Amino acid sequence: MADSKHKITRDPITGAETTGHVWDDTLQEFNNPLPRWWLWAFYGTIIFSIVYWILYPAFPLGFTKRGFTEGISTVTFKNKAGEEVTSKWNTRALLAHEMQNDPNELKRQEMVKSVAATPLADVTKDPDKSAFVLAYGKGIFGDYCAACHQSGGQGVIGNYPNLVDDAWLWGGDAADIETTIRKGRKGNMPAHKGTLNEEQITEAANYVLSLSGEKVDSALAEKGKEIFNTKGCSGCHTPAATGMKALGSANLTDHIWTQANVPGAKTVEDKVKAVKAVISGGIQREMPAWESRLSNDEIKVLVAYLKLLSSSAQ
Amino acid sequence: MMKHESIETNAALLIIFTLVAISIGGLVEVVPLFYIEGTVEDVKNADGKDAVRPYTPLEQLGRDIYTREGCYLCHSQMIRPFRDEALRYGHYSLAAESQYDHPFQWGSKRTGPDLARVGGKYSSAWHVKHLTAPRSVVPESIMPNYPWLNENDLDTGDIAAKMATLKAVGVPYSLTKIEYDANVEKFGESVAKKLDINMAEKNLMEQAKLGNYDGNPDKLSEMDALVAYLQVLGTMVDFSKHDEAEFVKFR
Repeated sequence: MADSKHKITRDPITGAETTGHVWDDTLQEFNNPLPRWWLWAFYGTIIFSIVYWILYPAFPLGFTKRGFTEGISTVTFKNKAGEEVTSKWNTRALLAHEMQNDPNELKRQEMVKSVAATPLADVTKDPDKSAFVLAYGKGIFGDYCAACHQSGGQGVIGNYPNLVDDAWLWGGDAADIETTIRKGRKGNMPAHKGTLNEEQITEAANYVLSLSGEKVDSALAEKGKEIFNTKGCSGCHTPAATGMKALGSANLTDHIWTQANVPGAKTVEDKVKAVKAVISGGIQREMPAWESRLSNDEIKVLVAYLKLLSSSAQ
Repeated sequence: MMKHESIETNAALLIIFTLVAISIGGLVEVVPLFYIEGTVEDVKNADGKDAVRPYTPLEQLGRDIYTREGCYLCHSQMIRPFRDEALRYGHYSLAAESQYDHPFQWGSKRTGPDLARVGGKYSSAWHVKHLTAPRSVVPESIMPNYPWLNENDLDTGDIAAKMATLKAVGVPYSLTKIEYDANVEKFGESVAKKLDINMAEKNLMEQAKLGNYDGNPDKLSEMDALVAYLQVLGTMVDFSKHDEAEFVKFR
């Protein structure tokens, strides 16, 4: 910067004022007014803000009725009793209004209601309703169920049951599934390490594996059958070992394993080991109740979704 | 009259005026919240007692672990009043629900889901598995493992001091008989007992034993505290007992 005296001059050609800064003897900085369009846009924002102050809650002024200017715009929605309530504009009232008036929301509510009111068999036959159940159910399932049962409903062996294999511990009727979702379940199998010795547990494990057609030591399995019937196993799993839905006890004859990872075990020894771990340690597991989080109608949509996921509905 | 040029050419003046302009924006937004009545909603249960209570000693220690591990960096605790959030997470968060939070855990980033209403959503056993190794239950998860929560013994030694500190910033824990009686009046007797600083350690042990949050009854681990905290999040107000119009009135 050559000139430190800031001598403000006028440019002889354009007549514009300069800032007085000069570089390289001749290069000057013009002090032009703000562009017209920019200035008007700026005034526009000021006018906008004044309109906004009038319409919406804005200024925190202590002397006003509620401590701030509430604005003149209002939102109307229905309260729990179904009466119309008109409130000054705020996001809470706006949400309440939207949940009652937004066309997409109304459509959602209508579809949920109509699926819930339709018998399950008819839902699965109706292409519109099935499409809705698959799309909307996937959302609910993903949010509430997938954390345990996995996003495809396949579950985790040892922890969370598979929901797409048509085997249901607590019953697979729509009503049973609905109760399970609504109330939750507490699965409980006592640990047998205190009541059975190592040998007996091995025998029982061999018997349980033999029920699903695994090639095990038949002599051990024969002894295991005795233990199964006399040491309390059959009390919950029934003498035929097919389980009882009232207790959530597993069917041990259906080749389906929810606790012991038999399909993942390569050798017979590993399979026996996996079953033994369950017999000796027992099972303590819990599914939370969802009735306080999901509406009755949403639970019905979820049941339909589960039924569509598993093959029994096809 | 002061010309614009005199501000532009005077650095000190420019800084002062810039600060003034920026502070007005901040002050206008923040200060009124402290004196506008109804910023924190008055939410009562059917029995006339406050619905939202301060955390129990065990939950408070869990909350400290939540803060220590930086959970708030990926998880918010603030459900906004939008339709998509209402459908996914449940009722929007009330100011009342975080009135005893110091510091609040609203967060500003959702790499993971919002946790404002995670209480009761999953079993405690699930939480233990998930915190220890998230991918063992959610294969798609990108959350880090927190295996030390199971291993670390919970440090309960300073719980009374922590509660006393929170009391100093306005959380109604009680030390004296008068304060205790005030809590009985405000929250009911069973809650007031949990807020008594003199009983902090005993209450903590009792809740941990009863809840057995980490699945290991013989050990009081950091997992116990954290899961106890997670299981209470967003569960204090029973929204089925309230009318939307009630909360709208406060805004």
